[in-house]
Amino acid sequence: MFQIRIHGRGGQGVVTAAEMLSIAAFREGRFAQAFPSFGSERTGAPVVAFCRVDDKEIRLREPIMQPDALIIQDPTLLHQVDVFAGLVPDGYILINTTRSFDELGVGEFASGFDAAHLCTVPATELALKHVGRPVPNAALLGGFAAVSGRISLDSVAAAIRDTFSGKLAEGNVAAATEAFRHVSDEMRGGGHA
Amino acid sequence: MLKQIEGSHAVAEAVGLCRPEVICAYPISPQTHIVEGLGEMVKSGAIKRCEFINVESEFAAMSVAIGASAAGARAYTATASQGLLYMAEALFNASGLGLPIVMTVANRAIGAPINIWNDHTDAMSQRDCGWIQLFAENNQEALDLHIQAFRLAEKLSLPVMVCMDGFILTHAFERVDVPTQEQVDAYLPPFVPRQVLDPGEPVSIGAMVGPEAFMEVRYLAHAKQMQALELIPGWAAEFRRAFGREAGGLVRTYRTEDADTIVIALGSVLGTVKDTVDEMRDRGAKIGVVGIACFRPWPLAAVRAALAGAKRVVVLEKSLAVGVGGIVSTNVRTTLSGRATPVYDVIAGLGGRAITRASLARVFADAIADKLELNTFLDLDRSVVDRVLAREREVRRSGPIAENVLKEVGVVAARIG
Repeated sequence: MFQIRIHGRGGQGVVTAAEMLSIAAFREGRFAQAFPSFGSERTGAPVVAFCRVDDKEIRLREPIMQPDALIIQDPTLLHQVDVFAGLVPDGYILINTTRSFDELGVGEFASGFDAAHLCTVPATELALKHVGRPVPNAALLGGFAAVSGRISLDSVAAAIRDTFSGKLAEGNVAAATEAFRHVSDEMRGGGHA
Repeated sequence: MLKQIEGSHAVAEAVGLCRPEVICAYPISPQTHIVEGLGEMVKSGAIKRCEFINVESEFAAMSVAIGASAAGARAYTATASQGLLYMAEALFNASGLGLPIVMTVANRAIGAPINIWNDHTDAMSQRDCGWIQLFAENNQEALDLHIQAFRLAEKLSLPVMVCMDGFILTHAFERVDVPTQEQVDAYLPPFVPRQVLDPGEPVSIGAMVGPEAFMEVRYLAHAKQMQALELIPGWAAEFRRAFGREAGGLVRTYRTEDADTIVIALGSVLGTVKDTVDEMRDRGAKIGVVGIACFRPWPLAAVRAALAGAKRVVVLEKSLAVGVGGIVSTNVRTTLSGRATPVYDVIAGLGGRAITRASLARVFADAIADKLELNTFLDLDRSVVDRVLAREREVRRSGPIAENVLKEVGVVAARIG
């Protein structure tokens, strides 16, 4: 089983991101479970959503406490919520930011993890460019596909088109595609910006 | 057809396939997505010959469903929590009149303190209102139980509640196999009412009944539920043959052969319980699970048979009868009366508190060692409770309870679990 935890704020499409990720995995013939952590359904409040992917039926209903991957949609959460809680030693971290892990003040923490599993992507900027709104969720899924290799960009694009339609879908697919390329380039560069 | 969709959406699709004729809709979390989905399907024409009625309250929702059902229509509604309480009087009327309404209850806690999260207090509060109560383990079963529920309700002329865990199931995206219209039509025949308000053949429904006949009418309601116990296993078997998968029935066992310790639970927590039991089995524990699929009528004989080999029973339940303890466990103790088997009652997950494998493994291990108290509250923060109690002893005007507990607990918004 591979478990992904997504942190963000109300209004950033955190729950939708987990749902789209589950659809992408489903399209690849896998079992997937996406669910939100409820509570403060307020714009701007910290929100967590979860996605599990497996080759067999998923029965477990507990929150994801030992994620294999973290997607952080809002770097201002880094010092407010214990976003890294329980991350497995070879886990993946993808942060929506234009800054580096060091500049974000988490360089020292991140040094304990496999550098090839750590990435940043300017997902909000990509969303503004392609969608016209600062909703970074789809772009981050493109980035996640690149850094983790756990899901194809095609499946992410199909899941986006399942969830949205028309221009909104195509804009988000474009944002995810550019994020995929950005992260792929970053990984080839060997650093995490 | 396999789909990756939200639980609420899966239920809406299932209800749509059952060809409902009247849907009464009033929003309340975590149920709202179901009636929203149905509203869209009625508007788009995906559900034909159906009246979608926006009512002004849950009391109205059930009252309109009663009227519709009495007029011979296949009627459906959905609710949760305080909404279910608000329709309480009408619930007794629906069952007392023998009207086969189907309702989803997206299980949620009851206030005060107000809480939108999942537990089973709402359904349990209405356990004796005369409705059949079925509990879904996952979204596939939630979908399947609705198809069974219409058949069950209409055959018996009794209302059926399909209980599914709010948020945990209603808001979870997972894989479901949505049957075809032909499959559902073959399993669920058109509604032929036992009683109908028809101007061509006038009858009254809902006579006043005095002491001379009230007992007999109530006994017949009981007898009908007892009859359901006989019929449900056969219908679940027929469902399996028609749809190729298990759903419903009275109880379902998991790894209970040779089990000394058996855990009883209802609803979606069964998944986490099974995973925990698998891990404990790998370490040599003889532990199994009995899932209660049908809570009302209470399947006494089936539970007794399923527990025949158990040396101890752990009842894990998401509800609390204040002043008693567990509700399911009380039923289990009645079921095992005459036997010395200890029944450990574990109250868990109230108001949405996460039920984790780690906590379950600990409490099950304590039960196996017979170190568990007969009534346990899983992951209760005893220190917080003690501090609040101490304050109440010291100060007369100790203030509102919920606010005091929140102050003791501190900021929780940043917590993940």
